[in-house]
Amino acid sequence: MLTPVVLSGAVSSFDLLAWSSPGWGATLVAGLWNTCLIAFGAYALGLLIGVAGAFGKLYGGPVTRDFLGVYTTLVRAVPELVLLLIMNFAVRDLINQAMLAMGYGRVELSGVAIGIIILGVVQGAYSTEVLRGAILSVPAGQIEAARAMGMSPTLLARRITLPLMAAAAVPGLANLWLTVTKDTALLSVLGFIELTKATSLAAQTTKAFFTFYLAAGVLYLALSLVSVVIFGRIERWARKGQRTLEGGAH
Amino acid sequence: MLEFFRPLHRQVLAVIAVLTIWACAHYLNWDWLTQYRGEIISGIWITIWMTIASMVLGMVLATMLGLAQAAGPRWLALPARTYCTIIRGTPLLLQLYLLYYGLGWYFSGQPEIRQSIFWPILKAAPPYGLLALTLSVAGYEGEVMRGAFKGVPHGQLEAARAMGVPRFTAFRRIWLPQALHRALPTIGGETVLQMKSTPLLAMITIMDLYGVLNRVRRDTLLTYEPLLLLALIYMILAGLLVLFFRWLENRLPQRTA
Repeated sequence: MLTPVVLSGAVSSFDLLAWSSPGWGATLVAGLWNTCLIAFGAYALGLLIGVAGAFGKLYGGPVTRDFLGVYTTLVRAVPELVLLLIMNFAVRDLINQAMLAMGYGRVELSGVAIGIIILGVVQGAYSTEVLRGAILSVPAGQIEAARAMGMSPTLLARRITLPLMAAAAVPGLANLWLTVTKDTALLSVLGFIELTKATSLAAQTTKAFFTFYLAAGVLYLALSLVSVVIFGRIERWARKGQRTLEGGAH
Repeated sequence: MLEFFRPLHRQVLAVIAVLTIWACAHYLNWDWLTQYRGEIISGIWITIWMTIASMVLGMVLATMLGLAQAAGPRWLALPARTYCTIIRGTPLLLQLYLLYYGLGWYFSGQPEIRQSIFWPILKAAPPYGLLALTLSVAGYEGEVMRGAFKGVPHGQLEAARAMGVPRFTAFRRIWLPQALHRALPTIGGETVLQMKSTPLLAMITIMDLYGVLNRVRRDTLLTYEPLLLLALIYMILAGLLVLFFRWLENRLPQRTA
């Protein structure tokens, strides 16, 4: 796939972006696919951590709360690039030590899997804060009423808190999704082949820097514009049944 | 402070934290610190200056972008909005590469530029880094300033007009200060984000804090020590920024009614 192009003045920008040699279209699209895969996985993992973290921060014991406080503060105070670098080493070390301790051999996780884990842990801290804010926006009376009806905490979360907080959480979560798609670019620094890395390879080989970086920019932009539309739909769905300022329901 | 450590679990956590720090200091290899001290300090300065310079220049641009969107005619508002969308929709790393490699490659191919007196500046990486950071922060803050300009009560501007205040004076004395006041908490948060994105400068060979410690990592073959120091210094810088903005916000007159 990474066939170097013999440079000649005759190769135009459009030829370079063609699907196969001398074009790099397939490489870029493969990079975009990896970017989407990592972004989606990390976002989902971040949401899982975020839900657990938000409930832990609000309803957990004192030790849980302090640990989560340290986690969210640390992650949000250190640059993502530095965190990703530290965790890139730490996660590989930890997994291998765990595997050796359990009597298995060393494993080499794929770049996508590592990327999802380390970006997901970073995202988790931000998700925790967004979701915590959203849970706090649920009127206390609703939760008290559910408790008074004898609902168990899980049922309460599933039936009352999560549906009611969704509307307040969507804008923040949409922002986080846009952040994570752009943060995947940082993984290129660690050598993962995603869109930015694929683009850099193409650009450095052909010296057509403007062509490739602008093409990648268009792909990232398209991804974010499509996401904005989708999140707009999700928000409208989440606000279903909420009263508007005019008084009527949507 | 004492109240904070009153619960027993906090005391246990504090002991664990102190033990961890002691173990890090004792068991890890910190011999390289003395050798690289000068470079680390110069790296910290580059990080701080890049943050401040890009924030100040970016805010000037952002004010214009915000004003164009909040009050400008369509032919100004539309390009400003498009600009903000493009900047916010693409990764900073990509913008950095585009400017440094793209523009750099283009300039180096132009004999007129190579022979001009500007070439020594255009050849170095820092101007491209500063440009990319400035353009990026302008895109993000442009949105913030648009909201801030729109948030200033219309009566304030109508009162100024009724008093016969010239348009530019009204902007300088009434609209802009109130918009900045409103945006200040957001700007504080964004400054921390901006500081946290400066490590990307190392990708275009600028020796900021991250670049220096990355070199230490390559030279000494240590994995964790330089990275831990890096995280610690960035945490301290972020903390100082937060304290500075808290101080700034407290100094400004608060709304009382």
